[in-house]
Amino acid sequence: MATGALQIAGARRPGWRKALDGVPLHAFFIVAGVLWALPAIGLLLTSLRPVDLFTVSGWWTAISHPQQLSITNYVHLFDSSLIATSFLNSVLIAVPATIIPVICATLAAYAFTWLRFPGRTALLLVLIALMVVPLQMALIPVAQIYGFISPPGIVRVFLFHAAFALPYATFLFRNFFIGIPHELLESARMDGATDARIFRRIILPLAYPAIASFAVFQFLWVWNDLLVGLVFAGSTPPVTVAILQQMRNFGSSVDVISAASFLSLIPPLILFFAFQRYFVQGLLAGSVKG
Amino acid sequence: MSTVVPAVAPPVVEEERPSRAARAPAPRFNRAAIGFLAPAAIFVGVFIIYPVIATVIRSLFNRTGETFVGFDNYVKVFTDSRTLHAIQNNIIWLLVFPVAVTGFGVLFAVLLERVPYRLVVRTILFTPMAVSLLASGVIWRIMYQQTPETGAMNAVIASVANAITHPGHYQGARPSQPDLTQPVGDGYQLAQTVSPGDVVHMGFIGFPVSEIPAGAQDAKDPSGEAGRIVGVVWRDFIPGGGGQVGQVEPGKKGLPDMTVQLVDGKGSVAAQTQSDTAGDFSFASGGGPYHVVLPAQNFHPPFGGVQWLGSSLVTPAIILAAIWVWVGFATVTIGAGLATMSRDLLEAARVDGATEWQVFRRVTIPLLSPLLIVVFITLVINVLKIFDLVYTIAPGSVIPDANVIALQLYLVAFTGLGDFGIGSAIAVFLFLLVIPIMAANIRRFQGEG
Repeated sequence: MATGALQIAGARRPGWRKALDGVPLHAFFIVAGVLWALPAIGLLLTSLRPVDLFTVSGWWTAISHPQQLSITNYVHLFDSSLIATSFLNSVLIAVPATIIPVICATLAAYAFTWLRFPGRTALLLVLIALMVVPLQMALIPVAQIYGFISPPGIVRVFLFHAAFALPYATFLFRNFFIGIPHELLESARMDGATDARIFRRIILPLAYPAIASFAVFQFLWVWNDLLVGLVFAGSTPPVTVAILQQMRNFGSSVDVISAASFLSLIPPLILFFAFQRYFVQGLLAGSVKG
Repeated sequence: MSTVVPAVAPPVVEEERPSRAARAPAPRFNRAAIGFLAPAAIFVGVFIIYPVIATVIRSLFNRTGETFVGFDNYVKVFTDSRTLHAIQNNIIWLLVFPVAVTGFGVLFAVLLERVPYRLVVRTILFTPMAVSLLASGVIWRIMYQQTPETGAMNAVIASVANAITHPGHYQGARPSQPDLTQPVGDGYQLAQTVSPGDVVHMGFIGFPVSEIPAGAQDAKDPSGEAGRIVGVVWRDFIPGGGGQVGQVEPGKKGLPDMTVQLVDGKGSVAAQTQSDTAGDFSFASGGGPYHVVLPAQNFHPPFGGVQWLGSSLVTPAIILAAIWVWVGFATVTIGAGLATMSRDLLEAARVDGATEWQVFRRVTIPLLSPLLIVVFITLVINVLKIFDLVYTIAPGSVIPDANVIALQLYLVAFTGLGDFGIGSAIAVFLFLLVIPIMAANIRRFQGEG
């Protein structure tokens, strides 16, 4: 009857664990959920209240006094062209800063995976080393290069972002490509396909999940960047820089700051919820990048 | 999909097998490789490799870049009090942030295994990772507003603090007559003792009329009652002038809700009451004599709020915000690791009679440790370069107190006069700090290759 005894022990255990997992655990997660959600709700409510109220009462008073709420701040946001155009600037920066490394890094990853050339392993090691180089290491010389050739602010920013995505993107795509069966390429080569054709017709379509992971991560990285925009954007600031410029007078500009900040959250949140799986994968792979 | 592995390099792809090579000999050097590599190589060369070398060289020249100064810039970096303070703050960040975030990540991930709604909590925790650190900074700047009326953090603390200490109505009030003295703390005590039948007058001045609760009536001089101690507390001042100090007169408000105590000869409270809307109070206690005491709680200021963004607390406050941002990253990563962990091992340990703590300590943590190291290193890299949150949350005047290395680099090189020499030296210092991590990545890749 040893099995019977085991079964009883097994049957009692879940009951005992259920008691342990009960109320305190749920309370813990409710508190955690509130702690993580509430600050963002605070931003939203602040952005919907008149600026004069900011130094008088907290945003939570709007819950009991909903008459405080209006979309006036958002309407005013588009009165000043600075913030409105900064959203456009962010798009104009983030799109090429995502597309350029997708193209360059898939090409390079193809070479690292399928083509033979001298120093391949050494170059791969260089790539891995470059992944963690802090971007601060490049700001000053690149600023000097830009001083000579003076491209527009938006170009300055997206070229820099594109370059610093390359080591990590190439490595990520290479890791994906080595999972693609070798026979697929060999048979195409037998049929006389060039590498350019194999890349376009076979590899790129297969690489869609890896490209999506990278693209979602990179777009958010660039959209959310402050430092590179601050250093290079000049008179065409992305939205993060435009908001920061208002923060010197936090109390009196909190209407603009909070409304612009909340609007700036929306594209990342849409991307995050639409491509959650890709985003997490891209982030896990990219979180060490410079 | 497991093709994307975080920061862990898979083995180098094997060279082609000899048999296949014999059938269709691949060229030793495929010229197409140049075309495939060129775009990435140009970008990386111009924007990463050349700048790394140029920054190292630039760090040996002065502000204008004309004069070679050797290691002078480095000497300046490590003697300048602002930069030293930034390095010191970064050390605090390094000691607190990676450990705290990894710890919370383990806690959340392990506990989330036990609840059915883990995806919802994970998503909520992870959301701050999707938005900009600038927006998180704005969020926390709002949370950290100083007065409890406007700052949520202080509002929470104030509601607890005020529940414990009970702020009084009459802050700053002081007696109008000399017979009220201040023996201990912030309360007041009448100099003479009283017995049943006595009438007590206690006038106060020196506080704004706004502190008197709405509905207060004019004070009236109470008449004595046999067997009772009666009295009045009032504001001994007529707005607009007139009246005589120490007298209960029309136009002077009574002070409601004043706590009044009778204290016996042994120092213990014999009776306690609250004054009514006209400031009157009355005790039925027999015996005596008693001291009449207005305890300190009547005069307590309410909790004024922690100065989160003042010079002493600003770094801990920003670290707290950073933990809020990054806990989701650690929770999701560690949760993914837990999901792939062998259930059998955990169950075997439980069947053998191990407590939940023993299972956690002896099985879960050792199995997770490679992943925990990856998470920890990722956090270390990020904390070395922390910039946005500090620059956003710290008000301009306390930036020197909140300063960190990456922020100091930006301030030195790209604001004010702009010293590229010192800026480059700080960048090289930052670079040196990540070299061990770089070396570890390369070793791991080679080990697997």
